[in-house]
Amino acid sequence: MRMSAGATTMNRAAPPQSGPRTLVRRLRDGDEIAHLITLCFSASILLITGLLVIELWKTSHLSRAQFGWAFFWTRVWDPIFDKFGAAPFIYGTLITSIVALLIAVPTGLAAAIFLSELAPRKISDTISFLIDLLAAVPSVIYGLLGIFIVVPLVRTWLGPLLIHTVGYVPIIGKLFRGPNYGVGFFTAGIVLAIMVVPFIISVSREVLLTVPRDQREAAMALGATRWESTWQVVVPWARAGILGSVFLGLARSLGETMAVTMVIGNDPKISESLLAPGYTIAAVIANEFTEATGDLYLSSLIELGLVLFLMTFILNGLARILIVATERGGGHPA
Amino acid sequence: MRKMMLVVCLLLGPAVGASAQAGGTVLLNAAGATFPYPMYSKWFDVYHQQHPNIQINYQSIGSGGGIRQVLAGTVDFGASDGPMTDDQIKEFKEKRGIDILHFPTVLGADVPSYNIPGVTGELNFTQKAIAGIFLGTITKWNDPEIVNASKGVNLPNADIIVVHRSDGSGTTYIWTDFLSKISDEWRNKVGKGTSVNWPVGLGGKGNEGVSGLVKQTPNSIGYVELIYAVQNKIPYGKVQNSAGKFVKADLAGVTAAAAAVKDMPEDFRVSITNPPGASVYPVSSFTWLLIPAQISDAVKRDAIKDFLKWMLKDGQTFAEGLSYAELPKPVIAKESKAISLIQ
Repeated sequence: MRMSAGATTMNRAAPPQSGPRTLVRRLRDGDEIAHLITLCFSASILLITGLLVIELWKTSHLSRAQFGWAFFWTRVWDPIFDKFGAAPFIYGTLITSIVALLIAVPTGLAAAIFLSELAPRKISDTISFLIDLLAAVPSVIYGLLGIFIVVPLVRTWLGPLLIHTVGYVPIIGKLFRGPNYGVGFFTAGIVLAIMVVPFIISVSREVLLTVPRDQREAAMALGATRWESTWQVVVPWARAGILGSVFLGLARSLGETMAVTMVIGNDPKISESLLAPGYTIAAVIANEFTEATGDLYLSSLIELGLVLFLMTFILNGLARILIVATERGGGHPA
Repeated sequence: MRKMMLVVCLLLGPAVGASAQAGGTVLLNAAGATFPYPMYSKWFDVYHQQHPNIQINYQSIGSGGGIRQVLAGTVDFGASDGPMTDDQIKEFKEKRGIDILHFPTVLGADVPSYNIPGVTGELNFTQKAIAGIFLGTITKWNDPEIVNASKGVNLPNADIIVVHRSDGSGTTYIWTDFLSKISDEWRNKVGKGTSVNWPVGLGGKGNEGVSGLVKQTPNSIGYVELIYAVQNKIPYGKVQNSAGKFVKADLAGVTAAAAAVKDMPEDFRVSITNPPGASVYPVSSFTWLLIPAQISDAVKRDAIKDFLKWMLKDGQTFAEGLSYAELPKPVIAKESKAISLIQ
């Protein structure tokens, strides 16, 4: 549940202070063994992460030596003339994830509130079961859904609609101008949102359900309506857990490969318009890794992997800071 | 289960290979190109039935992977849709102290597939038109360069949407090799390779990704593998060859293109796009096996040489059934001689 609180759970794994009990006794009771085994498993996670970083760092040596920091802002990706830059891929990864969260967070939160606060228990449980199933659907299926339903929808209906309405608004209108192919940042964002929503609903609902009953009753006793009690008391109480669900969704959308590459257009360009085709880090690695013949080419792809790792690392760090900040700001840990 | 057995085979490969050679079973490991994989797996299967003591494991990990594995010496031979570059051959020689040999196996071709609402007639593409479309200098379907070549077809005043492969592939190698030959601007600005920096267009993953995007997107054009187009009954246009004739791709035209190569180099590293001849289809290529010139294990060496002989004779008869173009006779004769170079 508390994905974000891994560190605290790890601390809890420390053995209870057992006073006069001897080592033999503790061994027999299994405490020491349990301690050792759980410690090994949690340490193995650090080990795997460490090895991953070392391997990525080592094998991306050629590319780092050749391009240096310029790798981050170079906009060319040319395997023939051996010129590689990560900018279009970083941009595409961030933009698609932002679009996905802008759609998925309000939808997911609203659905979670309905399921936990308003719906009868039976309906809530049935729907939650179905939502958990959705979270387990393989991403290639969502990609097919994207190709056959979302792409035609954006090309023939949603895209033109946005161009002819939002497109005329001064500043944000720029996001919906230019040619509309059906594939692009926007479509990828929608498909990602569909993939991420089950996570947000499922986790948020669980968190909302853990809010103590007396909180709601107290709010109602003070004359709050059902909605006021939900929005002003229950949701703020569960704030940290809800944020956790959002970042879980963000992590999934940053690293999503298959579904994105099927609907984003795979064109390494930075475009203002959300309807334009783009590319993401995970997608380019999946597409080009097998046929990457040159050493520098391969090394640049691996450096892209390192960049993606760095991005998830930074965003997760920000998530932790945000959660700590909201907890201090009066919210309660879920 | 079969996957697990494969893994076990791979892990035990060297050990079993060593111990089983006494018993007369040889296990060869190979890896590389995905495009000829259906052909290779058929060949290796039939060959194993006829020679139960020789087993060839082929992993279709892509041409780039095939070349890397051969360089690293982790496979007995590799396979690639594009020939190895001079640098890679030099690297191989430095690493292993021996040469690497290229053996063409079958031929593949690319065809332009398009989707223009209201247009049912077959389009003719001049070389200028194809280069212009993929460079982004020809942007409308009613451009005179396209219209004049396809008399009687009513083309709309619509933007052309270009679709290309997003994954690195031999199909892209053939297409960009052709573009490099017919357009100086393409050669200098983009070049040829399994992935390139495309001036325009959307990327689709695999032949199915490209044809899917073309089918869905009005006014689009993309290139797909001939086999894929034939097997999935995807309509495609004619391409102008170096003699100025418009040719519709078929297996015979592809073999003709390979036969049209006058001076086949000794190492078979040859590009056959845009060759001379009136009947040849201009966008095609060999696909190669990459075999070390010296194999110290005599049993393995004999097995590989025997397989090559079989592939050039019996193997070729399976090609048409799987929609691959056969090698032309002169190439087979020349390859048969080259087998003796494997020491």
